[in-house]
Amino acid sequence: MVRNVAIIGTGMTKFGEHWEKSLRDLIAEAGAKAVDDAGISGKDIQAIYGGTMSAGRLNGQEHIGALIADTLGLNPLPSTRIEAACASGGVALREAYLMIAGGHYDVVVAGGAEKMTDVYTEQASLALGGAADQEWEAFFGATFPALYALLARRHMYEYGTTEEQMARVSVVNHHNAALNPLAQYPYPITVDDVMKSAPIAEPLKLLDCSPLTDGAAAVVLASEDFAKKMCQEPVWIKSSAQASDTLPLHDRRLVTAIDASVLAGKQALERAKLKHKDISVLEVHDCFSIAGIIAVEDLGFTRKGEGGKAFEEGVFDLGSDVSINTSGGLKACGHPVGATGIKQAVEVTLQLQGKAGKRQVDAEYGMTHNVGGSGATVVVHTYGRDV
Amino acid sequence: MPHRKSLALVWRRREQRYKMVGTRCATCDGHFFPPRGFCPNCRRKGRIEEKEMAGTGKVFSYTTVYAPLEGFEELAPYVMAIVQLDEGPRLTAMLCDVEPEDVEIDMPIRAVFRKISEDGKSGIIHYGYKFRPNKK
Repeated sequence: MVRNVAIIGTGMTKFGEHWEKSLRDLIAEAGAKAVDDAGISGKDIQAIYGGTMSAGRLNGQEHIGALIADTLGLNPLPSTRIEAACASGGVALREAYLMIAGGHYDVVVAGGAEKMTDVYTEQASLALGGAADQEWEAFFGATFPALYALLARRHMYEYGTTEEQMARVSVVNHHNAALNPLAQYPYPITVDDVMKSAPIAEPLKLLDCSPLTDGAAAVVLASEDFAKKMCQEPVWIKSSAQASDTLPLHDRRLVTAIDASVLAGKQALERAKLKHKDISVLEVHDCFSIAGIIAVEDLGFTRKGEGGKAFEEGVFDLGSDVSINTSGGLKACGHPVGATGIKQAVEVTLQLQGKAGKRQVDAEYGMTHNVGGSGATVVVHTYGRDV
Repeated sequence: MPHRKSLALVWRRREQRYKMVGTRCATCDGHFFPPRGFCPNCRRKGRIEEKEMAGTGKVFSYTTVYAPLEGFEELAPYVMAIVQLDEGPRLTAMLCDVEPEDVEIDMPIRAVFRKISEDGKSGIIHYGYKFRPNKK
């Protein structure tokens, strides 16, 4: 028997360059905020799941499970680090969800963190390249942006997607980030700004790419009994789905779609008994602008090949039928890799609680879409205000 | 410059770094590069045998990389491609002996043996395949 699970507290740091804060400081801040927001005490918590992609390479720190429990003063609780590249946070959320749904625990903290600006950009790029296939992609010179550029070029070839349409994804993200005080880049940009930015891996330019970011985010999950007793406005996780595909991009059935997104998205809607039209707030994994376009296609919010056109026509602008990346997305809210999947859940929770400030939209149900690497791991969650 | 004392790098033992040796499933005629030990389509019914690919194919997708990985700085900007081999498998490789602006999807190419990167000025040189235009 699967039990209902609610988010009863959220917390996150500002995303950005925190030169004065360590990985530990970021975890402490986000974790404490989430527990405070839930209005519970440490004694109520039974387990911790934390996502980080590359603390070993970026900070020389492994054994993150122990670091989190220690930092939050939660010893001797079981505390487990989850690594699934850029989907580390989303998978940590899913593990916490499954543990409560399966009846093992009643209250679990799920978090994510990454401290990326303590190393030179070249070293951060090498760490991020770890999400790709080291033997068969990176060895030959493929950077991480290059993989998404390969995806972009083929999408342009098959569907006529343009660089201006891709730029629109960044423009939408920056528009929303300008309304989010915790975003790394809280200011608008134009299509022209994107088109004139420096090439990184053609056709992707600097402003098509998500940045290096420091940040952490956390949520407190609880069983139905606990949530109803302790929380005035729980947000219910309606479903959770995760799928895998080949590690290297070139081995996939298609290079213009992420099959794991298609499957996880379909399963998430089916399990929640929701339709596309029910979802009005959606956080997608736009690590690169083309990824935003492919996400809306894979998740079924547009037909295949029409994602670029939809962004261009404003279909996903703030306040439309489905508002995408109200947080500012990976592009403009920032992408502290392990924290991103949790930040997405925080954003949708705030939206459903009516606490999203200037970027608030009218929403009954939401969805988050978190991708690892070039699509080898995808995790999708849906959320609602009713059980 | 840090001096590395032990470099038993496994790639040097990979036959696929030097020639295009993959596998083929005799049951479904599926071709695999890099080689697979079992057929993902036929699974237990698969019959895997060694098969050297001809090394010819075409550009499936490509990108010009301006922000290179460490060890590739001297080559930038360089072109990375997903290559579709004539036998079917796809792989990721650098294109050489061609200007970025002359590359296009479906362009015929063939594998050549090249230096890939180096571990600093005094470090190990990495070798492997690149692809160049295959003029008919």
